[in-house]
Amino acid sequence: MDHPTAPVRSQRGSVAVHVLVFIAAVLGTLLVTWVLVTMFGHKQEARTPFVRVAEVNELSTDPEPWGQNWPRQFDGWKDTAGDAFYGGSSAMPESKLEAQPWLKRLYAGYAFSIDYREARGHAYMLYDQGVTERVTQKPQAGACIHCHAANTVLYRKVGLEALGEPADDAALAAGLNMPAMIRGFEELSQQPYQEVLTRLMAMPDGTPGETEPVVPQAPIGGFTGEFAGQPVPADHGMAGEAHPVSCIDCHDPANMQLRVTRPGFVLGMQALAAGDAPVPHIPSVEQWRRGDRSEPYDPNALASRQEMRSFACGQCHVEYYCATKDTLEFPWSQGLAMDDLEAHWDAKTFPDGSSFYDYTHGETGAKVYKVQHPEFELWSQGVHAQSGVSCADCHMPYQREGAMKLSNHNVQSPLANINNACQQCHNIAEGDLRARVETIQGRTMDLLDRSAGAMTDMLDAILAAQAAGATDEELAELYELQRKAMWRLDYISSENSKGFHAGQEAARILGESIDYSRQAQALANALRAPARPDTSGIETEPVIGVTPD
Amino acid sequence: MNRKLSIAAVVMSGAFAGLGMFTFGYGDGSAYLKNDPAACTNCHVMQPMYDSWVKSSHKDVATCNDCHLAPDPLGKWLVKADNGFFHSLAFTTNDFHEPIQIKPRNRVVTQRACLSCHGDLVDHMRPAERGGDMLVCATCHSDVGHAQR
Repeated sequence: MDHPTAPVRSQRGSVAVHVLVFIAAVLGTLLVTWVLVTMFGHKQEARTPFVRVAEVNELSTDPEPWGQNWPRQFDGWKDTAGDAFYGGSSAMPESKLEAQPWLKRLYAGYAFSIDYREARGHAYMLYDQGVTERVTQKPQAGACIHCHAANTVLYRKVGLEALGEPADDAALAAGLNMPAMIRGFEELSQQPYQEVLTRLMAMPDGTPGETEPVVPQAPIGGFTGEFAGQPVPADHGMAGEAHPVSCIDCHDPANMQLRVTRPGFVLGMQALAAGDAPVPHIPSVEQWRRGDRSEPYDPNALASRQEMRSFACGQCHVEYYCATKDTLEFPWSQGLAMDDLEAHWDAKTFPDGSSFYDYTHGETGAKVYKVQHPEFELWSQGVHAQSGVSCADCHMPYQREGAMKLSNHNVQSPLANINNACQQCHNIAEGDLRARVETIQGRTMDLLDRSAGAMTDMLDAILAAQAAGATDEELAELYELQRKAMWRLDYISSENSKGFHAGQEAARILGESIDYSRQAQALANALRAPARPDTSGIETEPVIGVTPD
Repeated sequence: MNRKLSIAAVVMSGAFAGLGMFTFGYGDGSAYLKNDPAACTNCHVMQPMYDSWVKSSHKDVATCNDCHLAPDPLGKWLVKADNGFFHSLAFTTNDFHEPIQIKPRNRVVTQRACLSCHGDLVDHMRPAERGGDMLVCATCHSDVGHAQR
């Protein structure tokens, strides 16, 4: 009786095996196909492909067409505005003058004592410059545009015109032409800010017919100006678009290579290279010095990619002179240390032959220097520069998207991205790294507060000496001490890392500031004090025993 | 019916085998069976480590496999299979920690690799008894193989 059922069973078993084999093969094929597709995707990403859907050339100061080709980088750039662009006076960041009232005394007699705020991201640079009361209430130089706007086309056009060469759109699109840009920069540096901005807005920006900039433009004349809160009339002289520093300012539109475009930086680097200050963290300069020096040092031709990842930032995050008595200048002829910059200014004279100074101090009348924001210089004195770590390594760290590697274009504090910024090198827990940074910054700020206290004591003492009738001759020495003390205090106060870029150097500079302030205070007080009595007759106690009581 | 099922199963198995072989070839799968460090960059994640290994102090004396695989013939393939599977899984599903971190069991492998060459030099620093506390060489010498973590 079993006989007929056996084949049925085995037939059923065979069916089941076939079905299982089929299902297994289907599932296996699905899995392998998925892996294959993923692999293909990763291989494409690894080539870092881009589709050049929009043409960009040397006219393309508007970042929008670049954004169509390189959307990830463009998105990062836009992210520097935060989750949205916040315009208007109520969105302005905290005033430093209110947080640190001594700054008003440091900058007395200078526009920084009117309005000085925490900085915002790259996207805000032109807007915030347009609305700061330093610019809206005081006449400023066109040199300000050197760093706050995509200005390559303007500089090239003005330079070509000054050189008597054709300056039509075809000539402007032909190439970077650094000699022409340097000439244009020199022509415009001392012109009034508003005039240079008006000319900038009239330049072609690579998107003819499109007049809506990626980030809003500042109301003309600032929040309190003629057109505050209203649309600018069509017949107003300022028409067109101006863009904050954008893609073209750091990238070659032909091949995306990093480059520098700021004439002030190029001239500053030429002066640095021509000098003999050691710059071990910039090997291409040392290499150029060993050559025949027939051509000036050219960062775009000679610097390594790693150096360019700092140079791009060093075009603006530096100390400079930026006003109307001379062309904008980076003070690097004697080196990049604080003392080297000071020595450069000490040796400099204005075109009329008078000694260099930034402003006359509003309280004491001393001629003093204003420090801008010497991040590039302070970094050069620190352990990260000596170890070959560039600005972009921490502020624009590499990130991975699939198999694609790109620099994060949302330039920001590394503390906002410790994982990518610090932990690529430092195998230390995030909390510990943050604590280390905060320790360095906290100590620097404590020392900064002491320096500021010493500075205000110094000003009080000098004012008292003046009131007591000190002669100009007596005051000259005080003024020099005041200038040195304030230069050093301002150097670390204006630098935006709270000392982190070079902790020990920052402490040294603040220590010197305190010393000069107290020297000035002692000298000023001595001017009002009775003559110093003779102390040579006072005997000192000799040592008695091992532990004298 | 049975015959049709057989054909379907055979065809499907053939498709699976064919696609599998193609994928293996496309992904340069056989490279993983060899010793060429460049194979480790096949999946892209190891590119920075490979780039810095090329400039490291160990580039002429040790390949990836010399430090990251167990020295004995069986252990070598076990570690290779272990990491091969989990690396593929992590990168295909895009689910892994960045910067990448070495697993404790792989840390044991690299530590043994250090000692297999430099054991005599550091003999006095090793624990007196088996299993005793020992500082991992790479705690301090983290960049001898490659600078990137």
